[in-house]
Amino acid sequence: MAERKPIKGVTIERTEKLIDETLAHMPEKAQKKRAPHVGANEPSVSSCAVKSNRKVVPGVMSQRGCAYAGAKGVVWGPIRDMVHVSHGPIGCGVYSWGTRRNLMQGTPGVTSFPLDFTSDFQERDIVYGGDAKLEKLLREANELFPLNKGLSILSECPVGLIGDDINAVAKKMEKELDKLVVPCNCEGFRGVSQSLGHHISNDSIRDHIIGKYEFTEKAGPYDVALIGDYNIGGDVWAAKPILEEIGLNVKSIWTGDGEVEKIAATHTVKLNLIHCYRSMNYMCKVMEEKWGIPWLEYNFFGPTKIEESLRAIAERFDDKIKKNVEKVIKKYKPMMKEIVDEYKPRLDGKTAMLFVGGLRPRHTVGAYEDLGIQITGTGYEFAHQDDYDRTAPEMAKGTLIYDDVSEFELEKYVEEFKPDLVGSGIKEKYVFQKSGIPFRQMHSWDYSGPYHGYEGFKIFARDIDMAINSPTWGLVKSPF
Amino acid sequence: MSEAALRKVTEHTPEEIEKVKAWINTEEYKEKNMAREALVVNPAHACQPLGAQMVATSFEGSLPFVHGSQGCASYFRSTFTRHYREPSAATCDAMTEDGAVFGGQNNLHEGMENAYTLYKPKMMPVYTTCMPEVIGDDLTSFIRNAKQKGLIPEDLPTPYANTPSFNGTHIHGYDSMLLSILKDLTKDQRVEDKCTGKLNIIPGFDGNVGNLREYKRICDLMDIPYTMLADSSEVFDSGCDGEYKMYPGGTKLEDAAESINGKATIAMQKYSTLHTMKFINAEYAGAKEVMPMPFGVKKTDEFILKLAELFGKEVPQELKDERARAVDAMTDAHQYLHGKKLAVFGDPDYVIGIVSFLLEMGARPWYVVVSRATKKFKKEMDALLETSMYGEGCTCYINKDLWHMRSLVMTDPVDGIIGDTHGKWVARDAKIPLFRIGFPIIDRVNLHRSPVVGYTGAINMLSMIANKFLDIMDETCEDQWFEMMR
Repeated sequence: MAERKPIKGVTIERTEKLIDETLAHMPEKAQKKRAPHVGANEPSVSSCAVKSNRKVVPGVMSQRGCAYAGAKGVVWGPIRDMVHVSHGPIGCGVYSWGTRRNLMQGTPGVTSFPLDFTSDFQERDIVYGGDAKLEKLLREANELFPLNKGLSILSECPVGLIGDDINAVAKKMEKELDKLVVPCNCEGFRGVSQSLGHHISNDSIRDHIIGKYEFTEKAGPYDVALIGDYNIGGDVWAAKPILEEIGLNVKSIWTGDGEVEKIAATHTVKLNLIHCYRSMNYMCKVMEEKWGIPWLEYNFFGPTKIEESLRAIAERFDDKIKKNVEKVIKKYKPMMKEIVDEYKPRLDGKTAMLFVGGLRPRHTVGAYEDLGIQITGTGYEFAHQDDYDRTAPEMAKGTLIYDDVSEFELEKYVEEFKPDLVGSGIKEKYVFQKSGIPFRQMHSWDYSGPYHGYEGFKIFARDIDMAINSPTWGLVKSPF
Repeated sequence: MSEAALRKVTEHTPEEIEKVKAWINTEEYKEKNMAREALVVNPAHACQPLGAQMVATSFEGSLPFVHGSQGCASYFRSTFTRHYREPSAATCDAMTEDGAVFGGQNNLHEGMENAYTLYKPKMMPVYTTCMPEVIGDDLTSFIRNAKQKGLIPEDLPTPYANTPSFNGTHIHGYDSMLLSILKDLTKDQRVEDKCTGKLNIIPGFDGNVGNLREYKRICDLMDIPYTMLADSSEVFDSGCDGEYKMYPGGTKLEDAAESINGKATIAMQKYSTLHTMKFINAEYAGAKEVMPMPFGVKKTDEFILKLAELFGKEVPQELKDERARAVDAMTDAHQYLHGKKLAVFGDPDYVIGIVSFLLEMGARPWYVVVSRATKKFKKEMDALLETSMYGEGCTCYINKDLWHMRSLVMTDPVDGIIGDTHGKWVARDAKIPLFRIGFPIIDRVNLHRSPVVGYTGAINMLSMIANKFLDIMDETCEDQWFEMMR
């Protein structure tokens, strides 16, 4: 891949100076802890120097969530036909109820369960343990929601601290209910971020789900699974049709709009296509080791990356698929050109800074570039070294890379770089909008979407243009 | 599940689905559903620290500090930010596994030093998540040690509240945090015979900044000086002028300190201020009153009469005119609400207010659902329903959730639901409107800015409800019933 063109005014020296000046505000110990997590980009070196996946520095105001959030919110919640029990006190389930936008088909409460199921722990449950209550509530849930295809138990902080054994309860109830009952020990205090919640969930899928079902139809040469697309704002519904259009059979989706039995039968596919590497690479590796299924990362943000990805996918198949891919690319070219022609004139030369979860800080870069926008800074809430290694080549030299950035730092970085857009999360949004800086929520697509695929690029381009060029920004400065 | 051979992936048949779809709307299902003992589905309450954060953020220069898991802090911040569409700063000491083993003192100390250095707060209230509550962290000594070690200034107020999520709800966390802050700030401030002449007004857990502004406006109109304890109206409704201010408002710390020498204290909510008011009754100077939230005309009258009585003021003409206008609006539009059946859910104090407004309009609060409340509350609600013939046949359910409410609404229908955003699922299933009053409202804009208390609030609620019923009529009636006038 060719190195990115330098961005005007962005140099390693300037970026490093900014980092030094910003961290100088912190107590010495915090400075020392934060310093390895921020750096100026060196696209040519093989490993990104920015450290990641370490504990949050207390008190600096991190934007991170917890293992439970990574498990319930990210991996489990989108599986539409399971009852997901937030096991513990009331809060976690309420805050994560309907706040991730992992859309799903089905009839709510009948065949899909975008509801908040919880054991609503009280003091007595802490004192006497919650296992008996859990057993009882699983029975009640199964009776009242009979078309569920399984139940997951997602434990909150106290469960692990008081020594409950949700695994034993799950085992017993799986037998009794004759349905998948999956324990997931994702207490929020485990690990350093959402990331461990993903990993623990992957392990639960490995131990309790995968390989337990098979498809009724025979396996075919074009069977694939779509891994790590959570259907935010309908992303899956924009991505899956493209794969089908090139002739592939999408047998299961992990886990956006997902169905658990299909997930459990994924071990028969020929190739795993993974979008969110961070949250699902573990299971791809498990399936590779155990069933010999290869996997391939792809990127469906923006036409450049879509085309690159489709061709890479085609390489794994025969001429029929290769031909289809070229046909599909050709078919959508005019539509993509039309979008770029409409929006690029208004966006060309603008800059943006990103701070999102574990994938988008690198995966969306190409889509911005398709519109003429350069990314001057990017970083992740909960990525690991392998994510940063994949990020460095996507960014120009000297751009700012920040891991688990604190609110204090991000404000300073944005103040200095003065981007035309910040793409980050809900907690960050209004801080920057108050400063008159256009902003899009990049976890939830800001209640819009899909952003994946050809369909998604059209909406992405419209939204980014709308954010940057809204006439409302012209009103911020008062004449008096 | 049996360990036999691989199971086949199956699909439910359309018949199966239709059967269950119909079944969940039946009396039989309702009975089973209402008999649930362990499972909670779609509750209408949150946990204590959320309420604590609302208080902690509502003082001048105050930085909320969460002692416990990082994820909790992010959930609270996101919840407030989604509701108000405003920043919601709060920091956390991010305890992890080692904290569970060794206790959270190291995290707290490091966190306090970092937060203080970076964000320079005037006060740093501390409240807890489940984790330190389960392991039994001793905040008194932890915080004292932090000051002794010089990590934060000795004179920085650091009131703290234990807010375990496995006990009570967000309104109890509100109470505990407010109590702790007032205790801290008013310590040694009581001066016999000194009177600030001011009213202390406690809004309670209220996500509507318009309500807070309305209380203040009424006090201004009556020429009564006041201190609002705790005032979120600027913090969660600051303007956009190109400069982000981390601490945009809140109750001034010196005003809070002086509040103990006030002329009178009024709590506008009862259930979210029980402990705070016990303390105020014992320690504060002046008169103390707990009022019902001034929803509707009569409860607003009560509030204004109380203000007049406590401060020896005449009710000004403006307020008399406002009252008359509200009554004018209500008599003009009574026909659109009269006899309408509504399901109402939310926090105890809110629900009492809404029910009292509905009864004034001749509407029927058919179901009143509070997903965590005491028998005392139910008694009070039952008594309120009994005051009016429009309360006849209406039922109050406590410790029932929104999935219970769904069964009620599907078996014995109502015309609409009043509550927060979480009610939208039931409303959709029942094909009736949801009137968004409460917290959180995360799917509509600006409702948190539009007061629902006072005479103004009565007109706002009336317009919202009546006009929606009229919209529905216009949108759904057959051509021959479509008319110019309504």
